[in-house]
Amino acid sequence: QLYYQVLNFGMIVSSALMIWKGLMVVTGSESPIVVVLSGSMEPAFHRGDLLFLTNRIEDPIRVGEIVVFRIEGREIPIVHRVLKIHEKQNGDIKFLTKGDNNAVDDRGLYKRGQHWLEKKDVVGRARGFVPYIGIVTILMNDYPKFKYAVLFLLGLFVLVHRE
Amino acid sequence: LRKNVEDFTGPRERSDLGFVTFDITADILNGKKWFANGLNIFDWNVKQLFLYLSAEYSTKNNALNQVVLWDKIILRGDNPRLFLKDMKSKYFFFDDGNGLKGNKNVTLTLSWNVVPNAGILPLVTGAGHVSVPFPDTYETTKSY
Repeated sequence: QLYYQVLNFGMIVSSALMIWKGLMVVTGSESPIVVVLSGSMEPAFHRGDLLFLTNRIEDPIRVGEIVVFRIEGREIPIVHRVLKIHEKQNGDIKFLTKGDNNAVDDRGLYKRGQHWLEKKDVVGRARGFVPYIGIVTILMNDYPKFKYAVLFLLGLFVLVHRE
Repeated sequence: LRKNVEDFTGPRERSDLGFVTFDITADILNGKKWFANGLNIFDWNVKQLFLYLSAEYSTKNNALNQVVLWDKIILRGDNPRLFLKDMKSKYFFFDDGNGLKGNKNVTLTLSWNVVPNAGILPLVTGAGHVSVPFPDTYETTKSY
């Protein structure tokens, strides 16, 4: 009986993992789903919105697109819009971003001495989104007790569900 | 979609800086949706439109350059018809180098990002575009 429960739990976890990894491959992005953390893209996106990204190399970066990028040395990805691009014949591209709700472009956010972003800084391009859903992630981050409560409830549910 | 522009350039250190003034007359419709009284891009799932005017051109340094000169957010409920005259660009039109001088092939296009309440985020390009040739000399008499 216990053996069966453990197996079942393991199946759920590995299925979830497979789906996540599959998504990563299909979209080409290391983080195909991200949560919007700041209000810098309002009124389009608000804190807690969930974004779906793709990062296919064949898709060129063009102005107006919403990109999710990381600044070297920083963990937190930023979601802003591309304001300028300069692309060379061989495909090398450097671009500048700005949040819709910010008065100035992102040069102040980049690393010291860094004036442009490059392809390697991009996590993905926003292709679709769902509002509000990501609030759960933000809550779990800001209130660790909430996170433990959720995990505890989940564990309880899985165990109790087996008759 | 129609735009009329005039332009000047001024050198700033090592990079060309372009100045463009423009008029925008735009009536944004979504040709795919048919209703009894007309066409409307603000369907049930559209929260806002993010409009932007971009300049696209090639230079010796870079095969493709795109610079957003101006943008505007149109919220659901706002009037989607625009009659803007004598607008100055919102953002500095710097080139990466000196590729604006004498560049006859700078194209301005109006595009927009449709932001839904939930779902896909498409980018649409407007039907009209205008070519803005830059002069061969720098403007030194005007101050901005």
